[in-house]
Amino acid sequence: MATSTPTAAIRVDPVGAFEQHYGEMRTQRRRRSLVFWAVFLVLLALAVDISTFFPDRLAEGLPRIGSYIYDTLPMLRPDVLFADTQTEGSLAYWYFNLPKYASLLFTTINMALFSTLIGTVGALLLCFVASRNLMRNWWLYAAARRLLEFCRAVPEIVFALIFVYAFGIGPAAGVLAIAIHSAGALGKLFSEVNENANHGPIEGVRATGGNWFEEIRFGVVPQVWPNFLSYIWLRLEINIRASSIIGFVGGGGIGQELHYVISFNYYEEVSAIVLLIILTVTCVDLLSERLRHRAIGRENLL
Amino acid sequence: MLEVEALTKRFGDVHAVDEVALVVPRGQMLGVIGRSGAGKSTLLRMLNRLSDPSDGRIRFDGVDVTALMGAELRRWRARCAMIFQQFNLVGRLDVITNVLLGRLNGHGLLSSMTANFTAAERADAIRALDRLDMAQTALQRADTLSGGQQQRVAIARAMMQRPDILLADEPIASLDPRNATVVMEALQRINGEDGITVICNLHTLDTARAYCDRVIGMERGRIVFDGPPSQLDEPTVRRIYGVEAAEQLSESVTSTSLSAA
Repeated sequence: MATSTPTAAIRVDPVGAFEQHYGEMRTQRRRRSLVFWAVFLVLLALAVDISTFFPDRLAEGLPRIGSYIYDTLPMLRPDVLFADTQTEGSLAYWYFNLPKYASLLFTTINMALFSTLIGTVGALLLCFVASRNLMRNWWLYAAARRLLEFCRAVPEIVFALIFVYAFGIGPAAGVLAIAIHSAGALGKLFSEVNENANHGPIEGVRATGGNWFEEIRFGVVPQVWPNFLSYIWLRLEINIRASSIIGFVGGGGIGQELHYVISFNYYEEVSAIVLLIILTVTCVDLLSERLRHRAIGRENLL
Repeated sequence: MLEVEALTKRFGDVHAVDEVALVVPRGQMLGVIGRSGAGKSTLLRMLNRLSDPSDGRIRFDGVDVTALMGAELRRWRARCAMIFQQFNLVGRLDVITNVLLGRLNGHGLLSSMTANFTAAERADAIRALDRLDMAQTALQRADTLSGGQQQRVAIARAMMQRPDILLADEPIASLDPRNATVVMEALQRINGEDGITVICNLHTLDTARAYCDRVIGMERGRIVFDGPPSQLDEPTVRRIYGVEAAEQLSESVTSTSLSAA
């Protein structure tokens, strides 16, 4: 083995230095994750205790869920399955109210569409002001952020209760409630997309002598639009569900009918309506998923 | 005539640009050289006020540019066009719209928000593209172009501003030698034919030698050389690039020209 030169003796062994550094880092990381898991377990225990999520209670209650569902099931008889609405045990008898449900469902879908539209407009108006990289005026930025937080922190049901009180029972109250919540949620997502936008095009537009609106219109919007579209579709899915629930507090649509039949224990009608809602949500999911993938997919191709 | 007096930019304790004084006559092709971090970019970005100076003054034909605000500042940016190392085009818009953005200044809010440009403006844009041999790409999306093509589109956008000055911040630093030549020749032609002052940051010496009437060397925010490229001798170059006496310095290593010196 060759004797080491004087310079080699002074130089630090790179492998040894790395191993030591790596070891220190690993110990630190382990300590940190230990603290994390300890805190997590304490919080989990507290959560179980507070929510009384106890196995014996759950075991006791489970059969009752089954019996409620069983009660709502229709008494269908195979021999008269396709008979008219007057024959007990037929599909038509079960869905004797279908024309009414269909029209209410139509209202609900329209509520979802309209509230998503209004929410999107609200979000678009606020999201650029609520983006740290686009808004230099801290006060405006903070005000927009807080407004968006307020809009999405207050549950739709609470807005709906207020609007039902103000404007009366019906879809208008529901639409407004969902729209405000949507604006808050979408505005937050939009502004986060904005904050990830590439600064180059924005600076390019600024260097031509463009003003703030022109920087947004040409520097930001073309970059973020596909992501915006994808979030709008997602919100539409969420709003279909939301608008079928909002009727419970008088917000109109199929939810109002569902609330009515549940309250009056019209068991078979409960299952009829719930099944219709599930079908609708599934259809919208499938449709919007395809549209969303198309919007994103086209992006990845180019 | 562009006059710069004691222009300074501080970032905390660091003087990125330190009391720079400079007079650039109309129609000059000025190269700014120096190593990374010498303050070349900061200097250029202060000239069109993308960055605000900490101290000093910029004057153009007697007008105090450093004092401009609002619409007047945007008007100045339109007159003092800029191209960038990363081109800064809007990738998802087509080429002609990118070029038309050079005319945003002077458009009303409604016509700019709806991207409503006139037929005359479109014709100007196509002519600007055609001059750079890019008219055939007008309807393509900007991000489908190569780097050299994108930089030519950026030059066309700058020309649409009908500028008095064209600032170029490392315009060829991310281009291959062939495209670098095309871009530099375009800048030279704009300077010669249109009489537009060109101020160009470069990090390679041979490019500065080949294309510029005058070269400024910067080191740690200060101008350490100002003269024709022929006066750039080896001691000066060593000082500008901070090369130790014992180290080799070969221009051909960093050269971007096809026939390396």
